[in-house]
Amino acid sequence: MSNAMTETTLAGAPEAARAPLSARFAALWAAAGVRCAVPVVVLLAAGFLAPLIAIFAYSFAPPRSFDVFRAFSLANYAELFSPDNTVWLSFAWSIGFALVTCALLAVISYPIAYGMVFLFGRWSSLVSVLFVFPLFVSENVRLYGWVLFFIKNGVLDGSLKWLGLGGAPEVLYTPGAILAGMVYTYLPFMLFPLTLGLSMVPRDLIDAARDLGANRFQIWREVEVPLAMPGILIGMLLTFVLAIGAVSEAKILGGQSVIVISHDIEIAFTYAQNWPLGSALAVLVTAFIGALTLAVFARLDLDRLLGRR
Amino acid sequence: MEQDKLRTRVFIALWSAFVVLLVYLPLACVALASVSKGRYFAFPIRAFSWEWWEKTTDSIEISMIVENSLLVAAVVTVFSVVIAFFGALAFARYDWKGRKLYQKLILLPVFFPQPVLGLALLLAYSALGITTSWMTAVFAHMVWIVPVVTLVIAIKVYGFDPSLEEAAFDLGASRVEVMTNVTLPLLWPGIWSGALFAFLLSWGNFPLSLYTAGADSTVPKWLYAKMVAGYSPMVPALGTMATLAAAAVLLGGALLGAIVKKARAA
Repeated sequence: MSNAMTETTLAGAPEAARAPLSARFAALWAAAGVRCAVPVVVLLAAGFLAPLIAIFAYSFAPPRSFDVFRAFSLANYAELFSPDNTVWLSFAWSIGFALVTCALLAVISYPIAYGMVFLFGRWSSLVSVLFVFPLFVSENVRLYGWVLFFIKNGVLDGSLKWLGLGGAPEVLYTPGAILAGMVYTYLPFMLFPLTLGLSMVPRDLIDAARDLGANRFQIWREVEVPLAMPGILIGMLLTFVLAIGAVSEAKILGGQSVIVISHDIEIAFTYAQNWPLGSALAVLVTAFIGALTLAVFARLDLDRLLGRR
Repeated sequence: MEQDKLRTRVFIALWSAFVVLLVYLPLACVALASVSKGRYFAFPIRAFSWEWWEKTTDSIEISMIVENSLLVAAVVTVFSVVIAFFGALAFARYDWKGRKLYQKLILLPVFFPQPVLGLALLLAYSALGITTSWMTAVFAHMVWIVPVVTLVIAIKVYGFDPSLEEAAFDLGASRVEVMTNVTLPLLWPGIWSGALFAFLLSWGNFPLSLYTAGADSTVPKWLYAKMVAGYSPMVPALGTMATLAAAAVLLGGALLGAIVKKARAA
């Protein structure tokens, strides 16, 4: 029966090939999941994919022009890759900041995530609310709080003087301050994926390993890390990717002493009015982030990670 | 061994408490600066006063900006929750070809730096000849917030038993009846927390508003403009108010959710 059907379809090609297409579309539409997915997919196509296509198209327009789709030029990329352009320095700063942020956050968040999953019990929901809440306060307000803390005659400096210990060291407007700001801003983006990952580790397995004589380090290396890997990967990727594009930290805590890559893009789009160059830069950042994200996503099973709750 | 375990527990509890303190330290500094008298901030504070709070609440400019932020957050919440509700069903409830791909597609905007997304949207708007205003900011917020809310609701959908829907269908309920009597009541807690997330993330969003709101300002955007222009005590005052407002929405939302849950259980 099904054989016969296939044969007729093949025999009727190419004229008849149009009918199966609409039939296939109808079959696709009949799936409730597809109908439910449509609004989100349309939104992301218009709001995420289309802008990325727009910057891609603009990156091939002649420098300082708005002639998108009408002219083709590689001049923007040539300018970015020319040896006397210092944009690679911004890239290097951003990647450096992102790498260190990611590493520090893994170390800082791991014990907290472990506590939230295995130790805090009914307190853990309070702890997670405490860590979620800062996400609802815009990062510039929170970073500004650090400025007030570290600035001359600020909270730290004033307290030390009051105690008669002399002033506080000058830490504002240095790369170290930017790094601290990034670690501070992106903490929740490492912490929550880690808790998600650690909640995939059965407590019995840890107890069993301990009963069999494994020490804390062995349990961590042989049981926790491998089983929590999806969460660890997501946390690392998320903080790395967001830190690559971070700009508020460098502007507010760094006082523009360091120009990060997103700042370069913004300058090209605003003061310099050189959209094609800014687009070319944005395309490079997007390609870098996209390649990394897709490589990690290929290894993830989201049903397993999210569905266990 | 037991002593070892205890030491680990104490260390983790102390470390978590220390990090929580650090997380809230800058917010406390901002609050302190908002109630200090005088044009410039200096610590220890010599005199406290509410003058900057009063000036901030009296300002017509600021009340307009607050209205903008509330409007954007409200519209974003309504649209995001509706879209994300169906998005979450597609994410976790139904099995369909392409679902695994769809799940990863949804995450992409979350794994993308917002300043770059904002600039890309700005460029797309101008290429299409759209003038940026609070409405384009709503759309920009949704690109990022719909995926987040979808995930929040999807986690609830995973724990949802689809056979309950099928049983209702078997008993003769229509599609709408199943939706209003079975699916929505069961998923209500997830939808409620999704709505809170949508509202509060939009309220606090800075990078997307900065590039896509055009001439309209929101609270975070106005604060940033003032910060760059030099110190004004109205920055900490409005910043503290915005923070307290977010806390009030979160607490009120959680309380309301708990009351509804209790009323249902009774």
